[in-house]
Amino acid sequence: MKNTFEPEWEGFEQGKWCGSVNVRDFIHRNFTPYEGDESFLTGPTEATKKLWQQVLDLSEQERAAGGVLDMDTKIISTITSHGAGYLDKDLEQIVGIQTDKPFKRSLQPFGGIRMAQAACEQYGYKVDDEVVDLFTRYRKTHNQGVFDAYTPEMRTARHAAIITGLPDAYGRGRIIGDYRRIALYGVDRLIEDKKHQIDTSLVRMTSKNIQLREELAEQVRALGELKTLGMIYGCDISRPAKNAKEAIQWLYFGYLAAVKEQNGAAMSLGRTSTFVDIYIKRDLDKGLITEEQAQEYIDHFIMKLRIVKFARTPEYNTLFSGDPTWITESIGGVSVDGVPMVTKTSFRYINTLNNLGPAPEPNVTILWSTRLPINFKRFCAKMSIKSSAIQYENDDMMRVIHGDDYAIACCVSSMVVGKEMQFFGARANLAKCLLYAINGGVDERLGIQVGPKYRPVEGDYLDYDDVMEKYNDMMEWLAGLYVNTLNVIHYMHDKYSYERLQMALHDRDVKRYFATGIAGLSVVADSLSAIKYAKVKVIRKDIEIKNKKGEVIDVAKNVAVDYEVEGDFPKYGNNDDRVDRLAVDLVKNFMEKIKKHHTYRDSVPTMSILTITSNVVYGKKTGNTPDGRKIGVPLAPGANPMHGRDTHGAAASLASVSKLPFRHAQDGISNTFSIIPDALGKDDKVFVGDIDIESIAKELGGDGNDG
Amino acid sequence: MKGHVHSTESFGTVDGPGVRFVVFLQGCPMRCLYCHNPDTWQIGKGELREAGELIDELLALKEFLKGGGLTVTGGEPLVQLDFVTELFTLAKKHSIHTCLDTSGVTFDPDNTERIDKLLALTDLVMLDIKHIDPARHKALTGQDNKNILAFAVHISEMGVPLWIRHVVVPNVTDDEHYLYELGHFIGGLRTLKALDVLPYHTMAKAKYDKLGLSYPLGDIPPATKEQAAHARDIIMQGLKDRLRKK
Repeated sequence: MKNTFEPEWEGFEQGKWCGSVNVRDFIHRNFTPYEGDESFLTGPTEATKKLWQQVLDLSEQERAAGGVLDMDTKIISTITSHGAGYLDKDLEQIVGIQTDKPFKRSLQPFGGIRMAQAACEQYGYKVDDEVVDLFTRYRKTHNQGVFDAYTPEMRTARHAAIITGLPDAYGRGRIIGDYRRIALYGVDRLIEDKKHQIDTSLVRMTSKNIQLREELAEQVRALGELKTLGMIYGCDISRPAKNAKEAIQWLYFGYLAAVKEQNGAAMSLGRTSTFVDIYIKRDLDKGLITEEQAQEYIDHFIMKLRIVKFARTPEYNTLFSGDPTWITESIGGVSVDGVPMVTKTSFRYINTLNNLGPAPEPNVTILWSTRLPINFKRFCAKMSIKSSAIQYENDDMMRVIHGDDYAIACCVSSMVVGKEMQFFGARANLAKCLLYAINGGVDERLGIQVGPKYRPVEGDYLDYDDVMEKYNDMMEWLAGLYVNTLNVIHYMHDKYSYERLQMALHDRDVKRYFATGIAGLSVVADSLSAIKYAKVKVIRKDIEIKNKKGEVIDVAKNVAVDYEVEGDFPKYGNNDDRVDRLAVDLVKNFMEKIKKHHTYRDSVPTMSILTITSNVVYGKKTGNTPDGRKIGVPLAPGANPMHGRDTHGAAASLASVSKLPFRHAQDGISNTFSIIPDALGKDDKVFVGDIDIESIAKELGGDGNDG
Repeated sequence: MKGHVHSTESFGTVDGPGVRFVVFLQGCPMRCLYCHNPDTWQIGKGELREAGELIDELLALKEFLKGGGLTVTGGEPLVQLDFVTELFTLAKKHSIHTCLDTSGVTFDPDNTERIDKLLALTDLVMLDIKHIDPARHKALTGQDNKNILAFAVHISEMGVPLWIRHVVVPNVTDDEHYLYELGHFIGGLRTLKALDVLPYHTMAKAKYDKLGLSYPLGDIPPATKEQAAHARDIIMQGLKDRLRKK
């Protein structure tokens, strides 16, 4: 890349970032930490209020219309597929929506045409025949590719939901483009850089090198289209942004292009607030804008993120309890040299929860460190109580692995922005796997043989050693099948639905994570604890096996379908090592089994303990378990203890969760925590906590000693 | 030494400063009409647990308890005074902040040796004064309040920091005259650090049903925050008037 100092950079401290793509270097040389409180923040402007009211009205209309207001059925969404669309052109500081009209959902068939059709039909729309024809006869989709390569075993495991939520019919998401690069460098420089990468790539034509060269060429093409997107809205983003408004706008165009091209399960934003702060501060210092304007830019930007929508099928919405987009924005954290990376714009981002009201999107995520400034901590706590809309992640742990320019994709997946990506792998249901171990691979609901036909548990009572031995064998099988299924998915996703724009905002040589996940941790820990410390009696039954039409075609004999627990046992979530250790061992054990397998594109295997919403569906698909949980009862979310079993209060519950080893679950461990505000401490409206008799007496002129 | 323990709570945020490990001891001689823990009344029941074991349970959570500490409540913890003394002795060995939440009903002004030993290990006493008027106190709790008030003075004289708690029950403990009198009384407590006025709530009804007990306060509605704040203002007025130069 040329090493010239662009006029748009005036006032910035120069450094390595001027001669190569290095946003982190730019941030560290130029950001201004803020340790003060929130008193400088401003409320919404009239324009913001008006625009937000418009969004609320549209949301109301959307609800009234049955969940979707309008859908594209003919125009296939690409970066440049639509003309400009606005809420109110005269009022919007930050512009750009996914289609030509707000709340109109785009048509994205590259992941799978049938999903796109189903999503439309659900709301009374119909995908244009020509488009359907195009994507069935002429253009293959990701979904088709995957099912061409799946083995019968994979299909059955998917059907029985022992591996589940797989991104084989929808976009995998979880990739964060470094959208900041667009603002800092302008698209032309990024294209120049990408061309240089192509020129310096290996020319020995192995399939690996061919794939890379093709992808880089696609990336350059996507960047060209990105410039066109800017022009559609009258912005020349070929050059760097020259002020705060442009920086936010340029950055947003990058994100907008990504969601126009991909409907991934989580389309996260990255870590932008401190970057944007540098531009805002420069404009404020020069007197170009006021605090009200700065907040207005942020409010309008966040408002745009809040109206990102995809067309989803009912099954998808059930799995994720709604149609979330997981536009995660990571805020705060501490630099590797110990400086908190909190800026005034970190506050401004969070302040949108005041100005626009609470909302789940964007997913405001605080990279929490014990070393964050106290005023910022207080503000976060206050806003959490007010909005219940803030997520917290442990920066002190993640910084060790990723440094100080990583961000969270989805809920907990950490990756260095622009340098690391991941292959999202949904999850394996370890609770169901335990039942398979007991039943020799026979599914406890369907009666069919899903896992290998190992010897089932015999006898009326479960023996811990016997069950553990069989469980280990079954997990060994599951890990292999799971990894291989994901290999198919990601091969096909790269082939038929490659994220060219998002990857154009990455370095060439990215580190790829192979992000597996598990569900049912607490159910398994409690089940094993029940088997070990109480007595668990097995109830067996014959199960009728039905075909698709519901006709009985066979009968599975003597399947363990229920359990009676005699006596009490330690339960995960009470800081009791007897059972917590079972959970810890399970995580380590399954991760070690995952690691034994080949992963696509030399990706590094990781694991998450995550389910935030899909645990409800998993519960429906998992039979009665030896901990006494009944079929249909939701699994606990993420690494949470089972509902109601943590009887020693929140700290004991959190202490159990915090024992789980992050290095074996590097893709993240989530714990969902709800508490009523009154249980968080004294009500400062009633409590008088600063009485000092001596000084009151002095103030009142008495000696306080009158008896 | 073993004590009768009702339960523990690892994230207590309303029983003293900071996040606290709260030990609920079993057994109470009072029968307050608004008691929200009737399951802790019976003396001699509960789980028998070693003091050392409870402290271990606390130490495993020490990271969460920064700025907080240990609170022993009940039931009436002083029914098992020696057990509390052992708990606090162990806690102090680990430099843990100790808080005693008590009604003071067991206090005997003529025999303070054992309680003084405990107070020497106590960083904060939360004393619940149910009613300032002796007759009404008796009606409300089944016990006299003479020794309770004497205990308040004693704690203050011993130099132990003190929070006074008072529950506002509509039509039962919200008479302005007595609130003022309560304020006047606590104005004389030198070590007073906080006044914690709690609005009465009816969340314990389910517990009474479960225990097969009739709910003594019947249909009395919960107190609002505004009522609690108003009561606080009157108590503070009484307190200030006592301290005002006459």
